[in-house]
Amino acid sequence: MGRALRHALAIAGKDLRMELRTRTSLLSAAVFAALVLMVFNFARDPTAVATVDLAPSILWVTVTFASVVAMNRAFTVERENGAFDGLLLAPVSRESLYLGKYLANLAFVLIVEAITLPLFVLFFNLDLGGALPGLLLTLLLATIGFVAVGTVFSAMVAKTRFAELMLPILLLPFMVPPLIFAVKTTVPLFAGRPLSDVLPGLRFLALYDVAFVTLSVLLFSAVVDE
Amino acid sequence: MTPDAARARSLMTRGVVLTVLALIGQAAVMLLAIQFTPVEARQGMAQKIFYVHVPAAVIALWVAVPLTAFAGLLYLWLHDPRLDRFAAASAEVSTVLCGIVLATGPIWGKPIWGTWWTWDGRLTLTLFLFFLLLGYHTLRAAIRDPGDRARFSAVLGVMGLVLVPFIHLSVYLWRGLHPQPVVLKPSAPSLPPEMLRTLLSGFAVAFLLYLGFVTLRYGIQLARDAREAAHAG
Amino acid sequence: MPPADAPLVAARGLARRYGPVHALRGVDLDLHPGDVLLLLGPNGAGKSTLLRSLAGLLRPQAGSVMVAGRRLSGDDPDARRPIGLLSHQSLLYDELTLLENLVLAGRLYDLPDPRARAETVLARQALLERKDDRPRQLSRGMQQRAAIARALMHDPTLLLLDEPFTGLDAVAGDRLRALLGELRTAERAMVIVTHHASEAWDLATRVGVLVGGRWGYLGPRPADLAAFHLTYQEVARG
Repeated sequence: MGRALRHALAIAGKDLRMELRTRTSLLSAAVFAALVLMVFNFARDPTAVATVDLAPSILWVTVTFASVVAMNRAFTVERENGAFDGLLLAPVSRESLYLGKYLANLAFVLIVEAITLPLFVLFFNLDLGGALPGLLLTLLLATIGFVAVGTVFSAMVAKTRFAELMLPILLLPFMVPPLIFAVKTTVPLFAGRPLSDVLPGLRFLALYDVAFVTLSVLLFSAVVDE
Repeated sequence: MTPDAARARSLMTRGVVLTVLALIGQAAVMLLAIQFTPVEARQGMAQKIFYVHVPAAVIALWVAVPLTAFAGLLYLWLHDPRLDRFAAASAEVSTVLCGIVLATGPIWGKPIWGTWWTWDGRLTLTLFLFFLLLGYHTLRAAIRDPGDRARFSAVLGVMGLVLVPFIHLSVYLWRGLHPQPVVLKPSAPSLPPEMLRTLLSGFAVAFLLYLGFVTLRYGIQLARDAREAAHAG
Repeated sequence: MPPADAPLVAARGLARRYGPVHALRGVDLDLHPGDVLLLLGPNGAGKSTLLRSLAGLLRPQAGSVMVAGRRLSGDDPDARRPIGLLSHQSLLYDELTLLENLVLAGRLYDLPDPRARAETVLARQALLERKDDRPRQLSRGMQQRAAIARALMHDPTLLLLDEPFTGLDAVAGDRLRALLGELRTAERAMVIVTHHASEAWDLATRVGVLVGGRWGYLGPRPADLAAFHLTYQEVARG
């Protein structure tokens, strides 16, 4: 177990180091998130709908699209110089390999969310107050699940033509259930309702996480083993 | 002619025959529905669409889509190209069936619900399936290596099948307290015998159509593979 | 432990097809420590497929590969430990320095001190001063040496070379040949895939020619390359 984790951390660390050096995915995803938030601001009629009613949807749509942008590069960097063969050749279990790529993706998406959230609060002039811990928990639970699926799919699309377009086409249907559960959780949170109103949504998110993290770990070797 | 090419030809012939039979059957079901089945008291003529809509939906959701996913799962285990060919054929027919459901739903919805489109749970689920299937075909079209194509689409198929209950759950959760359209669903036990007879013939014809299309598509793919193999020597 | 005379590589009945196209149709291969197999054949004969199957990068549809007594499969990562691969691609990340690339490889192979080992192999390839450079800042010949350094990090006993001379000029080619000569030890086996038999003829102890996914020729290396050329042409024609 210690060895599997060491391998996974070595691979995740490699991805983070490469990303922090070039900042291609993080920077483009963060700029993209900021732009989406801005577009949303001008696409709504502030006199007709209260911000607090729209805010959950805006937050989650932004997070969804920015996450896809952040995950797109995960396996394209492996294609250069045949580097992925080097990983497949090493005495590293496929599960560790998946875990490494997954942890790196998880970190990217969480960083993008950490940039998006303050911008969102700022642009829409919201007072999160007591909703913040619940909101962070919701973000984390939703992200854990869809990044698991996204990691498997980004390994697949890296070998296709039009990879950048293919990832959202495959992944967005899988992001809708967590998105709906998350919005369902965020609305009562923003309205300051008690925790019992939030629990069903969180429970669904956890269920989704368990199902798709398990499935992704099991199916990843079918993707990479030719 | 190689054995595969010969087999492909016989499969295609069988597929065409089955499809033609199914289409004749479809015409018969329509005739049966319009001429020899009583008009439903509350919904009038609009209800007739059910004899096409319901069988297409049931065959798509309970036969075509699960078989695509299970063939994919078996492929990941056995790596038999026949399973991949079947999965691809079944997915194509699923798409057609979902298309029929999505096209006939609004035709019924407009006079009964007063709107072409509504985010009704089952209609939304079908729409999702339709998009998943489009993604499946897009993925297949974008991969050149047959081995990659088979494995990747199998993975997507299995993931998609697991996703379906989550979509179902989330769509119902999302609708929450929204007013529900009144679904005037003819439930089986109270169905007059003539209606039941027509609906059952509809099921039989939809299933026959599924068989015919899948056989035909499978045969076409086999013929393509055989030709490619012949070229490669 | 396998017996001392056990083959390092034992491949049996390897078959692999790409969709309808057969790349390998039942290939057997035994390699003992000290063997250097020159793998030849026309385009599409299955050379790369065989090499990637021996590396465990391709799962054969039939047959099996044993390396040092363990069967290669996705479920047994340690079976891949003796294998090293040098292809015309460097397997190096462009965004990482040479040292970082090698240390990563060392970690994945559970080496006790990846950094020290990386510096040793870089020094052996005369690249120690360039250890903080990125691969793309190096000349083609240096990149090839960096790729060799990466492949040798874990001191593989089975070294697979996929067209290693591609893209090298005459000087770099000679240097690679000299290095491969040094690497040819009694404990190690090598497989060299190439289009030009002359590139590695003197290194080889055995020669194999794949034609249409089967062995057209497999045996000890003949003394005379010119004479073998006639055999090759005959075999390649089928």
